[in-house]
Amino acid sequence: MSDDRSIQVAGLVREFKGGIKAVDGIDLGVAGGEIYGFLGPNGAGKSTTVKVLTTLLPPSAGTATVAGHDVAREGAKVRASIGVALQDVALDPLLTGREHMRLQAGLQGVPRAERASRGDELLERFGLSDAADRKSSTYSGGMRRRLDLALALLHGPRILFLDEPTTGLDVQSRTALWDEVARLAREDGTTVFLTTQYLEEADVLADRVGIIDRGVIVAEGTPAALKAQVSRPTVEVIPRDPGACAATGAALAPFGEQVAERTAGSIAVRLRSGADQLAEIVRALDVAEVAVAHLALHEPTLDDVFLAKTGRSLEGAGDEPAETPPEPERAAA
Amino acid sequence: MSALASSAMPAQVGLLAGRAVRHIIRQPAQVVFPIVFPLVLLAVNSSGLDAATKLPGFPTTDYLDFALAVPFMQGALFAALNGGQDLARDIEGGFLDRLALTPMSGPALIAGQLGGALFMGVVSALIYLTVGLLIGSGIAAGFGGALVLLALAVTISFAFACLGTFVALRAGSGQAVQGFFPLFFVLLFLSSAFFPRNLIEQDWFREVATYNPVSYLVEGIRSLVITGWDGQALAQAFGIAALMIAAFLALSAWALRTRLVRT
Repeated sequence: MSDDRSIQVAGLVREFKGGIKAVDGIDLGVAGGEIYGFLGPNGAGKSTTVKVLTTLLPPSAGTATVAGHDVAREGAKVRASIGVALQDVALDPLLTGREHMRLQAGLQGVPRAERASRGDELLERFGLSDAADRKSSTYSGGMRRRLDLALALLHGPRILFLDEPTTGLDVQSRTALWDEVARLAREDGTTVFLTTQYLEEADVLADRVGIIDRGVIVAEGTPAALKAQVSRPTVEVIPRDPGACAATGAALAPFGEQVAERTAGSIAVRLRSGADQLAEIVRALDVAEVAVAHLALHEPTLDDVFLAKTGRSLEGAGDEPAETPPEPERAAA
Repeated sequence: MSALASSAMPAQVGLLAGRAVRHIIRQPAQVVFPIVFPLVLLAVNSSGLDAATKLPGFPTTDYLDFALAVPFMQGALFAALNGGQDLARDIEGGFLDRLALTPMSGPALIAGQLGGALFMGVVSALIYLTVGLLIGSGIAAGFGGALVLLALAVTISFAFACLGTFVALRAGSGQAVQGFFPLFFVLLFLSSAFFPRNLIEQDWFREVATYNPVSYLVEGIRSLVITGWDGQALAQAFGIAALMIAAFLALSAWALRTRLVRT
């Protein structure tokens, strides 16, 4: 599976001073051209993993190869193959968008004759042409993210690391960035390693998802397979007459086990088989003469997966200590 | 597209130095204040302290000639502070990580950063010298001495910029760099910048000024203005500046290695 666009990780550990293991023995593989979603709450170990895979931090144990190169021994070769947009957009507030592109192109060794055209092309693609000669300090959050991504792509990397690229973006900017990431993978064949704490983002974008919690990967697979592993669809019914709850429950009982209600006054049943039973459920409610005010089918979410694997909901799991210790400790391990 | 040649180190230095110069030009406070403040202080001191020249043993009859060395030192301290703060901002804001993800070499980062300080050193030294000459000072060592004075001033500025770079890399915070600024100024005040060592009455002050390397940097510049060609004073000034450059460059390289732990 190892090729010049793949990522292979085995037993990767990153330990900080005081024995804190931000990453604790993870294994994962990402194939060329795949979008891999690395999902987890704040402090789970996502950003530390990205820093190790992008050579900014050496691993404490285990191995990782990116684009066929060992991250611990062939850092320069890894860096030449990858583009990276880190969690905090790092721009120089005193440089314009165009100057950022020229500086990055020069440092990346893009031939002088191509620097201007390649930079302008990316500025155009990311809708920054009009703002190209303005200092980045005047850019909005969305524009800063787009410039950051454009800079990551300037040298034509085969693998792109995006660390929480849509955090803090409005819906429109987020959707536009999703479209661009999907296009990069589908049209250019770029491998994308994307960390996120947004369930929807992983669900929409990723071919496969790895769920990390407290430095350990607790689940991995396609979003559909992961959801199928841990849960089945739930049907939720709210009878028009609140006194008909018992009759509603009885009508739904043959289709699965009752679960905690999602909405007050509703009856929720986890279906024994899949969503195919929906027509039968409607017929059973009709036979039981239950007038229905609301009926909904809920597919399991990645949060259900996270809940099943960790016993906690992803939504609240982030209120924990930060994953990367303060700066001076970085050099210790 | 992936077969990009790594950019050569001189090209990297050029790019980073160009960025450092842009930083200086685009922050007027980094240009105006370090140039204007020392000149204002020069004007105030040379008029207010002129009576000191009447003391027996004072090396010149015009305090302006004596004080002209001070702006060069103050300019060097400001350059160190501003350059250090710029670098610290790169560290704090994550821009250093962006640079670390390119083929940029560590020495290129330091050299590029110092390129900006060198630019500021040349510009400010030219201005101090021009203003000094316009308001009535003279260079005892003549035109050649003026050129050596400029070279010494730029070397001293570069030496302090190396110190600022080290502090920034070690501390990693703009506030920490700023915290060092008073210390730099204490070093200046506890030197022979404002009074000749042989006329300092307080024993402890004279002792400190004698051991303070800043005294010899000031006296090297001053010798060209007042005395003419003084080989010993120049050798001491250039020697101390060179030692500072060697020491703080080595320390900066070490600090960068511990900060940039990329593989």
